[in-house]
Amino acid sequence: MKEITVLSGKGGTGKTTITAALASVAQNAVLCDNDVDAADLHLILQPQVMETNQFSSGWKAFVSTEICSNCGACIDNCRFGAISQTDGLIQIITYKCEGCRLCERICPSSAIYSKESINNYWYVSNTRHGKMVHARMGPGEENSGKLVTKVRRRAREIAKEQQASFIINDGPPGIGCSAISAISGTDLVLLVIEPTQSGLHDVKRLVELVRSFNISLYAVLNKYDINVLVAFEIEAYLHSENIPLLASIPFDKAMVESMVNEKTIIEYLPASAITQSIRKVWEIIKQ
Amino acid sequence: MSYNIAIASGKGGTGKTTVSVSLFQTLRKELGGDVVLVDCDVEEPNDALFFANAKLLHNNEIKQRIPIIHTDKCTFCRKCVEYCEFNAVVVMPSVEFAEVNASLCHSCGACLVACQFDAITETEQLIGQVNHYDTGLIEGKLTVGSAMQTMLVKELKKHIPANKLLVLLDAPPGTSCQVVETVSDADYVILVTEPTPFGLHDLKLMVQLLREIGKPFGVVVNKSGLGNEEVYQFLDDDGIDLLGNIPINKLFASNYAKGDLLNNIPLEIASVVNQFTHKIMLNLGL
Amino acid sequence: MSKTVITSSGNTLTSKFDKRFGRAEFFCLLDEATGQTSFIANEFKDANHGAGTKAAEFMVEQQVNKIISGDFGPKAKELLEKFDVQMVILQEELTIQAIVDRISKK
Repeated sequence: MKEITVLSGKGGTGKTTITAALASVAQNAVLCDNDVDAADLHLILQPQVMETNQFSSGWKAFVSTEICSNCGACIDNCRFGAISQTDGLIQIITYKCEGCRLCERICPSSAIYSKESINNYWYVSNTRHGKMVHARMGPGEENSGKLVTKVRRRAREIAKEQQASFIINDGPPGIGCSAISAISGTDLVLLVIEPTQSGLHDVKRLVELVRSFNISLYAVLNKYDINVLVAFEIEAYLHSENIPLLASIPFDKAMVESMVNEKTIIEYLPASAITQSIRKVWEIIKQ
Repeated sequence: MSYNIAIASGKGGTGKTTVSVSLFQTLRKELGGDVVLVDCDVEEPNDALFFANAKLLHNNEIKQRIPIIHTDKCTFCRKCVEYCEFNAVVVMPSVEFAEVNASLCHSCGACLVACQFDAITETEQLIGQVNHYDTGLIEGKLTVGSAMQTMLVKELKKHIPANKLLVLLDAPPGTSCQVVETVSDADYVILVTEPTPFGLHDLKLMVQLLREIGKPFGVVVNKSGLGNEEVYQFLDDDGIDLLGNIPINKLFASNYAKGDLLNNIPLEIASVVNQFTHKIMLNLGL
Repeated sequence: MSKTVITSSGNTLTSKFDKRFGRAEFFCLLDEATGQTSFIANEFKDANHGAGTKAAEFMVEQQVNKIISGDFGPKAKELLEKFDVQMVILQEELTIQAIVDRISKK
C-alpha cells in the first residue's frame, strides 16, 4: 500500500483539483482530505457520510463568577494573555485559551473549570471513487495537526481492511503543524506549483521541510502559462533539486467549470490534454 | 491607538496578498509612514516579494521557552507530569529519568509551577523571525520544521509599533487558531474570495468565524468572471457588504507572477483599491 | 522472570491483537515464566498528544522487558530503546491467545 500526499506550500495552486483528478484515475484507492481547516475535496466528490465522529481539540477554561474572589492569581500565571479583569471581574478570553489548565490548578477558590472543545467532526464516507475520510473543524479551533493525524490513521485502517493499493491525501497549505502532520509517514509527496514568485518561494520552504523527512518528491506545474518566464525559473529550481517535473498544465477555465459542475477534470473533459497529462502523472507516481 | 484592518480569506490563493499589497501601496501615498503592513502568514510570507528593493532594517529572533528538568534536584514525584496537559513530560522514578519532549510542549509554564524542588528551568528554542523593512513592511517567518505558527503570530503582533495610524494585517489561509490570532485585534476585516465553489465554501466558514467573534467585515470578490455567480447571491442574501469586484485579468496575473504588482496596477483594480482606500480614510476621520 | 506486553483490542484472551501501541485499547501483561496473563486498560488511548510516549513511560515503570505490537512511533521507540525494552513487530491478525501460545511453545 502506497500513501501519496499532494502539497503546495502556497494556497490556491490547485491541490484539491489535482487530487480529485488523481482520485478518478486511481483504482482501488482510499481518499483522505488532510486540509481539515478549509476542506474542499468533498465539494467535488460529494461523499455520502457513513460514519461521523466527534473530535476534541482540547480544553477551554471557564470561571464561576459567583465563587471567584477576583484575586488575579490566574492572570499572573497565564502565559497566553487569555485572562482579563474588567471592572474587577475575572474573564476568560476563550479564543486565546491554550487549554493548559494551569489557572484551574492554581486557583485558590477553585473557581475555574475546563470544558472540552468538541466542535469538530470527522467522517468516513462513500464516494464514486472509493472510500473517503474527511473532517470539519469548527472555525477558530486548535490542534488541526492532531485532527490530520486522526483522519490519516483512519484512512490507513480502511486501506488495510479493503486491501487498497493507495491512499491519496489532499494536503493543507503552509508548512506549520498541519503540513507536518500531513507529511510525516507518507510515501510520496506530489507538489502542485503555480508559476508565481510566491509559489516558488513557498515551495522552496516546503521542499526543505519534506527533505527533513526523507520522502520522495515529484512536481506538477499548474497554470504554467500564467507566466512562462517564472515557469522556467521553477523548472530550473526543480532540476537543481532533482525533483522530477511530471506535467505542465496550462491555465484553463475548464478546471473551474468542472468544479462548478461537481466533477473532476477527468470526468468533465475525458478526452482533453489535461486529462492525458494527469493520467501520465498517475502512471509514474503509482509505481 | 492604531486602526487595524485584517485581510483574510479562508481559501488560499484568492488574492489576499494582492489586495494587502496594493491597498498598502495606495494608502502609503496618503499616510506615508503612518501605515504599516504586517505579513501574518508566517508559514509562507509573500508580501516582501513585491517590494524588490526593500531593505531589511532589523530583525528579532522569536523563541519558544522549553523547560529542562535537572535530575540532580528532581525527586521524581511526577507532579509536573500531572500538571502537563500536553503529555510533554516524561518522568520514570524507577530509573530516575525525567525529560521534556520539546515537540509536544506548549510553553505554558505549568510544570514550573508544579515543581517544588526548583528542578525545572527554561531554555529557548528558535521558532521564527520578525523582519522589519524600510518600506513599512513587518514580516513574521516561521523556522522550517517548527509547528508553533500561532505562537509566532502572537509574538509578531507585539512587534508592531504602537504609534501607527493604520495597521494592515495580511492573514494566513484557513480558519484555525492562527487566523483567529491575526483577526482578533482587527477593527475591520476584509475577506477576499473568488467566485468558485471552493472560494464560496471557505468564505462561509470565515463569515461564521467573524460573526462568532463579533468582527465587522466586508468582502472583495477577486477573479470575477471565473466560476459562477453564487457568491453574489450569498452576499446579497446575508446582507454582507461587497467592497469591490476585481475582474480576472491575465496580464495582471502575469505581473503578479513575476512579483511585479505595484508598478502596473490595471485601472480596474486600482479603482477598486481606491474605493476602499477612500472608505478607510473616512473611517479614520481623515 | 520476563515480563511481556501484548497490545490488545479487548480484555480477554479471545480478544484480537491491537496493532497500535500508544493507542491500543488494552495491554495484556504476560509473565513468560508462569504463563499468567492480566489485562490493563490503556488510559492514554484517546490522549490528544503524546499517547505513545505515555505508554512507553508506563512500560518502563512496569519493568516490562518485551512489547509485542504492530507499530511503534518514533518518540516511543526512542524511549523504549534507551531502557532496553525489546520491541517486537507483528503484522498478523491473531487473537491474544494465539500469540501467547506461540511464545510459550518456544
